[in-house]
Amino acid sequence: MRQFLLRRLLLGGAALLGLSVLAFGLIRIIPGDAVMAQLVESGNVSDLDGARAQLGLDRPFAVQYVTWLGGVLRGDLGTSFWSRRPVHQDLLAALPVSVELAVLAMLLSMLLALPLGAASASRRGGTVDLAARLLSFGGLSVPHFWIATLVLLYGSIWFRWVPPLGYVAPGESLARNLEQFLIPAAILGVHLSARSLRLVRSSLLEALQEDYVRTARAKGLPGPRVLWGHAFRNSLIPTLTILGGQFTYLLSGSVILEDIFSLSGIGRYVVESITHRDYPAVQGAILFTGLVVVVVNLTVDLAYAWIDPRIRYQ
Amino acid sequence: MDRSSHPVSVRVTERAPGAAATLPAAEVSATAARRPRGRPAGRWIRRHPTGALSGAVLLVVLLASALAPWISPHDPYAQDYDALMRPPGGAYLLGTDYLGRDVFSRTLFGGRTSLSISLAAITAGTVAGTIAGLASGFYGGWFDGIVQRVVDVMMALPSIILALALMAVLGPRTENVVLAIATIIVPSLSRIVRGTVLQLREMQFVEAARALGASDARVLSRHVLPNTIAPVIVVATTALSGAILIEASLGFLGLGTQLPVPSWGNMLSEEARRYFEQAPWMALPPGIALSLTVLAVNFFGDALRDALDPRLRRVPS
Repeated sequence: MRQFLLRRLLLGGAALLGLSVLAFGLIRIIPGDAVMAQLVESGNVSDLDGARAQLGLDRPFAVQYVTWLGGVLRGDLGTSFWSRRPVHQDLLAALPVSVELAVLAMLLSMLLALPLGAASASRRGGTVDLAARLLSFGGLSVPHFWIATLVLLYGSIWFRWVPPLGYVAPGESLARNLEQFLIPAAILGVHLSARSLRLVRSSLLEALQEDYVRTARAKGLPGPRVLWGHAFRNSLIPTLTILGGQFTYLLSGSVILEDIFSLSGIGRYVVESITHRDYPAVQGAILFTGLVVVVVNLTVDLAYAWIDPRIRYQ
Repeated sequence: MDRSSHPVSVRVTERAPGAAATLPAAEVSATAARRPRGRPAGRWIRRHPTGALSGAVLLVVLLASALAPWISPHDPYAQDYDALMRPPGGAYLLGTDYLGRDVFSRTLFGGRTSLSISLAAITAGTVAGTIAGLASGFYGGWFDGIVQRVVDVMMALPSIILALALMAVLGPRTENVVLAIATIIVPSLSRIVRGTVLQLREMQFVEAARALGASDARVLSRHVLPNTIAPVIVVATTALSGAILIEASLGFLGLGTQLPVPSWGNMLSEEARRYFEQAPWMALPPGIALSLTVLAVNFFGDALRDALDPRLRRVPS
């Protein structure tokens, strides 16, 4: 176990180091001063030499990288060109928004996927099964940004409803907060449940073929007890492991929904920094996202062993 | 002498989930006996009705996009100032947009843009991913280590973020969209190919080829590569629906193909969305075309998986 942990930590560290090179190298891929030219064009940097010095472009590559990495290790991700605040401050301000959206969306998706998946597995080929499979294919195929656009469009045409601007913390006013989050979270939730629904269904179908289910049936347990008490609980393990992936995907992958519903989370921060050509912010956000992914993946691996004692890591 | 590329029935691992992982010989012959008669194509349609239907839809979408210049009723760039935001009907089948351009023609041409970008990106990404996976799995050692660490790094970012970051650096141009989408496909594809190669490398027919004195290049091209093609096609098809969606997302955010060239994504971008309330019909055609295409690709990919790669088949459905 300890060896496994050590190995995973090392691999995670290596991935982060690689990511730092990627984030750092990205704005230096373009030869010459093309990046600087774009910066001036964008109009938010007037002092070209100052910007160049801040990005350290006047020094050799290795020196630039080590200096930057030294700062990163001390928690200094640089200063945003656009907001003129330290990038890590902006990111920490955006984090709760993305986390709330992600948690709500995952909750809603599980509320949909677990009962529907179980129902469709226990009555395979029935109406519920058919509906669930249509829903899952639809959820995978219909782009959620288009659904969101339609919801906003017809919400405004039919109900004169517009999402409130500016983030309201749940402590301030829970109702306003939910008004902001519930609809995007529901759209994301349906989108996510498409995948988890299929997984719940297939892992439950698999569990239902196991010997212990046959034993439970043979000793005369009623159907629902067998389904919920024996098969369902064991089929949850693969479902739980995809939660980690969903969380990291939502944290920054819900870029478009955050953008449409003007929720200033991590995803929106990335898009805005990109449109403003705010390179320190882009670098910082990439590194931050990677850090979250690596940490969450490691946690999921550990949780996996904790949930299912049969799993032993070498 | 050289009967290369045996149809391998690879056993994944002993612990592989699902009964379908290993097909006992008796079961195989039983399925063969039940197989309906008729020509292969007809048989396939009868066994995979959804696959056939989705294939037909895909064919129609592809034809409509390919033939857009000949079948669209209007020039997609022509602005008719006497018919700004005209509702559907009359001379303009699906209405006109905020510049008086025909929405129907723009949807056809938009499909041309979106699909050609996605297909080009998938082709490039698949080739690159296959080569990386082949080399990484076949040679192993430090080379494999390096490739896998690079893949780790790329997988540590959500693909949309990676695509956005690449677009930010490269600039919003059509070629760059292809490059960005191709790049985000490479990691997962190379992992799949590497996994397959790792299994194939240990198989007896590879050993036999080696014993006969075949060179690395020969073993790779005649014995290993042909056996990776089925999983590659399946994964590439799944990746295609993702690529179409990423392309549309970039367009939606205004970072993909730039207006006035229409794409399904940029027909829904900020610039267009401003007018949606006055002309809601602008919002429907690109979204419906997009959803229908991705839906068809997903169904088709599922049928293809069943037909080409029984190992990947999920639990009985």
